[in-house]
Amino acid sequence: MTKLSLRDVVKRFGSNTVCDGISLDVAEGEMVCLIGASGAGKSTLLRCINLLEPIEDGEIFLDGEDISIPGLDPMPVRRRIGMVFQSYNLFPHMTAIENVMLAPRRVYKKSRQELRPEVEALFEKFGLADRMEHYPDQLSGGQQQRVAIVRALAMKPEVMLFDEITAALDPQLVGEVLEVLRLLKDSGMTMMLATHEMGFAREAADKVCFLKDGRIVEEGPPSVLFENPTDPQTREFLARVL
Amino acid sequence: MADQSAAGRTRRQIYEDRLRRRSLIIAGSSTTIVVLAVLFLVPMAPGWEKVQKSFFNWDVFAKTFPGLLEAFMLDVAIFAWCAPLIAILGLLVALARDVRSPALFPLRILGAAYTDIFRGVPVILTVYLIGFGIPGLGLPRPWNSPYIWGSLALILTYSAYVAEIFRSGIESVHQSQRSAAESLGLSESDTIRFVILPQAIRRVIPAQMNMLIALQKDVALLSFIGPVEIFRQAGVYKSLLANFTPYVGAAVIFLAVTIPATRYADYLLAKQNRERS
Repeated sequence: MTKLSLRDVVKRFGSNTVCDGISLDVAEGEMVCLIGASGAGKSTLLRCINLLEPIEDGEIFLDGEDISIPGLDPMPVRRRIGMVFQSYNLFPHMTAIENVMLAPRRVYKKSRQELRPEVEALFEKFGLADRMEHYPDQLSGGQQQRVAIVRALAMKPEVMLFDEITAALDPQLVGEVLEVLRLLKDSGMTMMLATHEMGFAREAADKVCFLKDGRIVEEGPPSVLFENPTDPQTREFLARVL
Repeated sequence: MADQSAAGRTRRQIYEDRLRRRSLIIAGSSTTIVVLAVLFLVPMAPGWEKVQKSFFNWDVFAKTFPGLLEAFMLDVAIFAWCAPLIAILGLLVALARDVRSPALFPLRILGAAYTDIFRGVPVILTVYLIGFGIPGLGLPRPWNSPYIWGSLALILTYSAYVAEIFRSGIESVHQSQRSAAESLGLSESDTIRFVILPQAIRRVIPAQMNMLIALQKDVALLSFIGPVEIFRQAGVYKSLLANFTPYVGAAVIFLAVTIPATRYADYLLAKQNRERS
């Protein structure tokens, strides 16, 4: 079943067209990786799906429902779509657990006591049980990024968007974050990633899309896209990064 | 390893010790020269005797100091009720200038006009205009009190500056924090209240400390519209004793408060700079 569907999505910043008619279907429980050079439009596309950026043209459907109608209240949609950023963006003045509980407390009007058990279980699940009371600057990059993932998950989203979440990490910390993504995929989460981790995309993704200049040049299962790319631009890109 | 002398220090350490000693000697001797010059040259000025008698008269100082200190308590009281009101009004104006809702657009204009006007007029003028102007409407007691309207003048002026500092703090919080909050489905007002403001306020505390110090001094301006606070009291003593020493006494009292406060603000600022680097 199609969970998320993009139809001819166009996003411009001034005269600069960042997404130039992108169409894409993401099935429920599927992991889709967006690859491509910096500036290809991967991050912007994710921000558009989360309604952090309004799109100029096209439609975005979540469960068949158009979420890109101009003037639509973005809040209820954002609750259903979690997002994790390259620079973690944890709130530096709150402990890890406060970071995680803020949105459910305010949006779902739940008390700390009500939330505590499920939030603790999430911290536990992602190996952060002893980091709940730490402030972000007391955590390593990998731990911060995992807290950011827990924070997004605490809203019980149906889709998760990951915007180059390992790009700012020291190489030895990348593994622990990718491990979390595998865990999430196994639990059936629908996920979209913008990533430079080709090895991970090749091994874990259900579908890989190669973006260039705001267009999807080629898409397909990783076995095809990485082993037998048909488009010369894809081949050229892969030759440079692999 | 002949260079690594008795104490086992490296060449570098020996070199740096020598540098340190040299700069200590230079700083010490230049300070001594300046102090000596002041001590010897100033008394050589033709009017020194007179100045000493009328500004640094110990007997007058000792006699008027307790009275000045008592009058200073009025400054402290005015300061104490103005400061929290300034913080609240300043924050409200800062927020008003950032509202996005079109219905509240007049609030934005009002906020901008307010900060422009009150930052553009000298404090003393505002104190005069409000302090004399509003009681001039013939209001009944206690609404004709210069305490109320003088304080209002200070509150209005300082809130304009304080609002601008809050606003700079709000703008210094990175856009990505807003993105993160919005992506979680937090409302605009929750984002400001729980994510943006706590960070913004923390960042501007040292700057706001400096505003508090300035306010503490500017309370003395209210003396021009009536209240007998320390500056006015010093003026009374001056007329009574035909001597300017009470003004020096008043300055000493102000310094006793402002110097520690200034040092503390600088300390906070330095600490913050260290944390950010």
